[in-house]
Amino acid sequence: MNRLSALFDRKERDILNVYFTAGYPALDSTVPIIRNLAEAGADLIEVGMPYSDPMADGETIQQSSMRALQNGLTLDVLFRQLREARTHTEIPLVLMGYFNQVMQYGAERFVMACREAGVDGLILPDLPAYEYARDFRELAESAGLEVSFLITPMTTDDRIREIAASSSGFLYVVSSSSITGGSSEITDRQRAYFDRIAALDLPNPKLIGFGISDAATFRTACEYFNGAIIGSAFIRALAGQEERVGEATQEFVRDILEPSLT
Amino acid sequence: MITTQIDERGYYGRFGGAYIPEMLHANVEELRGNYVQMMGDPEFRREFDLLLKDYVGRPSPLYYADRLSKHYGARIYLKREDLNHTGAHKINNTIGQILLAERLGKKRIIAETGAGQHGVATATVCALKGLQCIVYMGEVDIERQAPNVARMRMLGAEVRPARSGSRTLKDATNEAIRDWINNPEDTHYIIGSVVGPHPYPDMVARFQSIISEETKWQLQEKLGRDYPDAIVACVGGGSNAAGAYYHYLNDERVRLIAVEAAGLGVDSGESAATSQLGSEGIIHGSRTLLMQTADGQIVEPYSISAGLDYPGIGPLHAFLIDSARAEAISVTDDDALAAALFVARQEGIIPALETAHAFAALDQMKYGPEDVIVVCLSGRGDKDLAAFSAYLDSDALPQ
Repeated sequence: MNRLSALFDRKERDILNVYFTAGYPALDSTVPIIRNLAEAGADLIEVGMPYSDPMADGETIQQSSMRALQNGLTLDVLFRQLREARTHTEIPLVLMGYFNQVMQYGAERFVMACREAGVDGLILPDLPAYEYARDFRELAESAGLEVSFLITPMTTDDRIREIAASSSGFLYVVSSSSITGGSSEITDRQRAYFDRIAALDLPNPKLIGFGISDAATFRTACEYFNGAIIGSAFIRALAGQEERVGEATQEFVRDILEPSLT
Repeated sequence: MITTQIDERGYYGRFGGAYIPEMLHANVEELRGNYVQMMGDPEFRREFDLLLKDYVGRPSPLYYADRLSKHYGARIYLKREDLNHTGAHKINNTIGQILLAERLGKKRIIAETGAGQHGVATATVCALKGLQCIVYMGEVDIERQAPNVARMRMLGAEVRPARSGSRTLKDATNEAIRDWINNPEDTHYIIGSVVGPHPYPDMVARFQSIISEETKWQLQEKLGRDYPDAIVACVGGGSNAAGAYYHYLNDERVRLIAVEAAGLGVDSGESAATSQLGSEGIIHGSRTLLMQTADGQIVEPYSISAGLDYPGIGPLHAFLIDSARAEAISVTDDDALAAALFVARQEGIIPALETAHAFAALDQMKYGPEDVIVVCLSGRGDKDLAAFSAYLDSDALPQ
């Protein structure tokens, strides 16, 4: 069974999904970060495939991506790292990147490499549902990959239903109309949007992302759906931690899951 | 006959589409659902035509370049987009888009710019309509196109530097897209070329199609035939070329020549000759030809011309070149500079560095003496005087 499906069957609430950019801060940080995220209690990991022009991401992730590319991270290197990480942990792994990367690697070769590396899901934010169905869905499903799509406050109810129907993985609920990296508190408007989604009564698991940066925003997000995704805040915590990525990772997760009472 | 119209999903053949994150869907969908109808509305048409006539100064002349014609042994006509208000073809599109933005109730306008011509054209129409204007421009381009930065500021626009990547047009576009994602409700993004997600390539081509619409009747008046044997235009994203080709796309009597920037040379590693160096992929929401690594990372291009310094081309051009409807020619920095000087001294017209590439391509073409060649003179060269002065002072100057 796909590790993602198994996770959502086993755990319905407080799911912590942590994003990081592969190859950042150092080329060989990928495996220790995955191992330590798993050990510290993250439930699933979103591994960013660094891209030169990450349209849906903010400055923090763009900079970490540039750095990772300078460090020499390619998809071949990444798949090798993921195969190694899989010998240490069974935590669900989702790859996040841009469709051009998949196209150039070769869609078929890409899904085969995912399968061999034990990747469970994909998020390709610039691949729209129509092109997904036309060009990629069959391949992804044949490799047992669950594909997640994004919904935003601007997405209409009808469109949310359509996207949910073509999403085999969890629904990525973008908390606001904003690129990643914000750290604002959850507003009344966002609450209204979450309520609107909840009222649609969709079968898909739902994780909230964008703007989730600390224990407080994580707790609030978890009140609404199955869990939340933290990305940019973790990238910032890794900055300059090349020599101790393991400890930095553990500290970060601990602060989210067991915040001190000060 | 090939069809050069987009399908309902915004594809020219297999090029085009809208590869955008969901955060942009509502904005793009709002445009897609409205642009054809709005542009067809008689009231829109009336206002657009009136502004093009009285504000932009259209029709732009089709000028018979006598000395160039003698030099090349062909009949060479220049479509004088450089005489438009703001000095380039870019204003045709910004006038159209500001009227759309107004009808969509938008209060805030953003744009990207390379050479600054599109930024100036956007700042101009925002001033005209009293709308807030923010222009993203690569740091490198801010430096090499200083006169246009000053013009934008004079017109009340805020110029925001793009500091990521190569700090040129590609990065300015990324920043503008991010701004749009963050401001989905009140903001319209005026893309300056036939690039980006559907409907932009088609919409911008339609606004620029005034160029070939006029060329047709102007040639008819002058020659008693409404088509040339070839149209030559420079291609960065490709908006002046799209407009100059538009009404001839399906007329196979007309050769379409797309001139790209070779930078220091196609194989030098410092180039922007996308059709030669590129492969099929996705850039800025569109499936097209782009310069990229084997891993799909977008390569940073190079050209002395900020307006051609872009690693992709519009999907229409990818389709035209892929189907052999258009021929691509590439021109180096040095050849473009030499051509600018040559045209200045032969015809008394200083072309923009972008346009100078189109002129340099004339050296690479073959003609019969009766051939009618239209060169789209997309912009004037005032903004490039620093580069031209440096060239005049350099050893590279032909004796």
